[in-house]
Amino acid sequence: MPRWQPVIGLEIHVQLSTESKIFSGASTAYGAEPNSQACAVDLGLPGVLPVLNARAVALAIRFGLAIGARIATRSVFARKNYFYPDLPKGYQISQYDEPIVSHGTLCLTLPDGQAKVIRILRAHLEEDAGKSVHDLFPGQSGIDLNRAGTPLLEVVTEPDLSSAAEAVQYMRALHTLVRFIGICDGNMQEGSFRCDANVSVKPVDSPVLGTRAEIKNLNSFRFVERAINHEIERQIELLEGGGKVIQETRLYDPDRDETRSMRSKEDAHDYRYFPDPDLLPILITEDEIAVARSALPELPQQRHARYVRDFGLSPEEAEAVSSELPVAEYFEALVDRCGDPRQAANWVTGEVFAALNRGTMPFSEVRVSSERLAGLLARIKDQTVSNSMAKQVFEAMWQGTEEADAIIEARGLKQVTDSGEIEALVDAVIGENPDQVAQYRAGKDKVFGFFVGQVMKRSKGKANPQTVNDLVTAKLKL
Amino acid sequence: MSATDYPRTVAGMSAGLARGAFSSRELVIDCLGRIARDDSALNSFITIVEEQALAHADAADARRRAGQAGPLSGIPYANKDIFCTKGVRTSCASRMLDNFVAPYDATVVTRLAEAGMVMVGKTNMDEFAMGSSNETSYYGPCRNPWDTSCVPGGSSGGSASAVAARLVPFATGTDTGGSIRLPAAYCGISGLKPTYGRISRYGMVAFASSLDQAGPMALTAEDMALTLNAMCGVDPRDGTSADVAAEDFARKLGEPLQGLRVGLPAEFFDASLNPAIATTLQVAIRALEQLGARCVDIQLPTTRHAVPAYYIIASAECSSNLSRYDGVRFGHRCEAPRDLNDLYTRSRAEGFGAEVKRRILMGTYALSTGYYDAYYAKAQQLRRLIRDDFIRAFADVDVIVGPTAPSTAFGVGQKTADPVEMYLSDIYTTAVNLAGLPGLSIPAGFVHGLPVGLQMIGRHFDEATLLQVAHRFQLETDWHQHTPALKD
Repeated sequence: MPRWQPVIGLEIHVQLSTESKIFSGASTAYGAEPNSQACAVDLGLPGVLPVLNARAVALAIRFGLAIGARIATRSVFARKNYFYPDLPKGYQISQYDEPIVSHGTLCLTLPDGQAKVIRILRAHLEEDAGKSVHDLFPGQSGIDLNRAGTPLLEVVTEPDLSSAAEAVQYMRALHTLVRFIGICDGNMQEGSFRCDANVSVKPVDSPVLGTRAEIKNLNSFRFVERAINHEIERQIELLEGGGKVIQETRLYDPDRDETRSMRSKEDAHDYRYFPDPDLLPILITEDEIAVARSALPELPQQRHARYVRDFGLSPEEAEAVSSELPVAEYFEALVDRCGDPRQAANWVTGEVFAALNRGTMPFSEVRVSSERLAGLLARIKDQTVSNSMAKQVFEAMWQGTEEADAIIEARGLKQVTDSGEIEALVDAVIGENPDQVAQYRAGKDKVFGFFVGQVMKRSKGKANPQTVNDLVTAKLKL
Repeated sequence: MSATDYPRTVAGMSAGLARGAFSSRELVIDCLGRIARDDSALNSFITIVEEQALAHADAADARRRAGQAGPLSGIPYANKDIFCTKGVRTSCASRMLDNFVAPYDATVVTRLAEAGMVMVGKTNMDEFAMGSSNETSYYGPCRNPWDTSCVPGGSSGGSASAVAARLVPFATGTDTGGSIRLPAAYCGISGLKPTYGRISRYGMVAFASSLDQAGPMALTAEDMALTLNAMCGVDPRDGTSADVAAEDFARKLGEPLQGLRVGLPAEFFDASLNPAIATTLQVAIRALEQLGARCVDIQLPTTRHAVPAYYIIASAECSSNLSRYDGVRFGHRCEAPRDLNDLYTRSRAEGFGAEVKRRILMGTYALSTGYYDAYYAKAQQLRRLIRDDFIRAFADVDVIVGPTAPSTAFGVGQKTADPVEMYLSDIYTTAVNLAGLPGLSIPAGFVHGLPVGLQMIGRHFDEATLLQVAHRFQLETDWHQHTPALKD
């Protein structure tokens, strides 16, 4: 029984997948020349004004509905005032006391099988800042404002997470969800999904929360886990040594695997939030919410449960075909056509994923449609081809545009199921290899495979393996 | 035709150009000549764009020959130096922007250019529009043409002074708490602050975003109607610009005032109003009655809180709006900064003048944790009450009439030592901005040789009625025709 109970809340910045920025028409594409995607609005030039990108609002609503949250029919942009060179206006446009999304939940299935509901306090729209570049010019810092004004949804949990592992599990579930509903590309290397963690510890039986530290700059699942564990240890060590945790912001350094203090509460900014007079409140009608709700796809967690319950998939298989919308849609279309969910799951997670991985392609570039693949699976079902022959056919389908039947026909890959024809081959192999027959009959079972292999070879792989097996067994017993 | 024979109003120039009495080039040359001759005594211009103006005049003349001229084609005008102009410095009368050339035009500037108007220069103002006297300008105070020892009022003092001195027939202004109406009153011209949202704020350097509104400054109500037609309209680049149907603001000018109900707020005519101004206004009000208007006594009890509420809200917004002037990307940057903090503090300490710093400090204080509720939140509550007061009053009256300012123009330097005394110049104007209403000031007489302004306040988006009343008044009076005699 541990004496200390960690209490963790996460703030995750989800970059919304819009073409242009949240308050300007500049592109949000990643990787352009520094400052080539910063227009007058992003630069904060005098007299220019922000104009809200309606797409960002639509994506925020979509997220709110996906977590069963309240969508505010009126929400307000506020200015968060502070000076920093990569913050061009001297304030960040964010939302403060009237966020667009509040009071949602995300449900986790813990390793022991128990369900745990994580409460999401709020999700608010805001603009990203630019980037300071410290290693390019000796003695000077560079500023790249391409990122300034990129739309973010900041998703804030209640302090409901009790371990680093749980925090990572939540983060993964959120990562899956935002990609599934198409509001974020989830690319963590490019900063599309970033995490700050609030961590405190308290005695297990105490109802009072401990003082928390906020850890910033966690941009991978691994770092989140390591940084939180490290911070929990640091706080416990401090408290057990008679010290006190001070409220502060700490920065995680992945190279040294440690957190270090950035600023204490005393140095904290007074952000002087107030409603942004340049932007009217966002007004959303109940009708608009209803339309957005009807456009929402069935979510990964519901699909997962259904695939296990109705399709008989294992939880792992269900996970593999439910966590991305295009995969789930492909899988279900395949099930509809082939009628065998297990077979469909096997092929999607086997051959289809393997083919995509070889070319490091996203699922959207899948080259064999569910309709074409269903054509192949039907030929396995009716025993026209064996499973291993089907893999060759699939490879040919992936490289070209032909249907399974055409490839089977053209390459003569039709499986031989005529037992008379196979029987002749078996007889020939047994007749030509008396030594091996003697060995087998003397009890050397391994030789069985030799006969099967020889028969398959002579049939050029076309013989139905099951028929070959049955006939070889029968003939050798004679 | 000799230079002095050119008409001085927009309408007059429009008619002359239309019948070919003179060209735009001749008008612009005359304007530039007047500026060269008279502006050394006034300092109403910060920048003059002679070459560009002549080129644009020639282009306007060419369009007219091609039969493509509109009513405002080829007429010279000036922009307050708060409107961004592509390729021409926009200083906002601050050292901070002494080197700033915007890569874009303000929407107002674009619209006036599309109407064919020719900008001859950019006018002096209080630094970042913060001031009631045009004395906070980095380029020195502007002077009142009626008495050059007096201020023209602020913050659009350069525009008012230039129009009053007949250097240009029309100039743009901006009004956050009275910055069009007050200098219009002090200089004896006509100035209109339209309904908030009527004119795009895009490209207008922000002072207090929820209050700032551009408007026309001219010699007559008719000229304001013609130019307002060109300036207004919804703008996709300003989310707060109002999406209201286009209208012709001149359409009602000819209609009589029979049955018009004029509200006289008790709070605007109490004992604190200068008696000479009160008397002048009584005469003006009698003129309105003779035109068929009926006067109604009304109450606007919360307007007495307008000045403190205004100075909290405007300062709070400005403290945030002016954060972008940090020496990093544009504007004034201190020499050889030691570190980031030094760059910020010295660039801002050197770039901003005393009044701007005072407002930033007041606004920062009002928004700070622990003070927000007592100041900013309270001021916003008052703002709603003031707006409600006006809306209630407009159930019974069509326009509200009162003084524009508590005094006539005061002497340069007279109030600079006492900011509160200076702020009280705005006592009759700030409530209109807080309520988002349209308001105008027109000349209504003189006290000791200095002009007195009559303020009229209208319903939201009812500029047409204000302009109608002002126009009928100007048909019956000649205060707007009085011209200051500048000493050589």
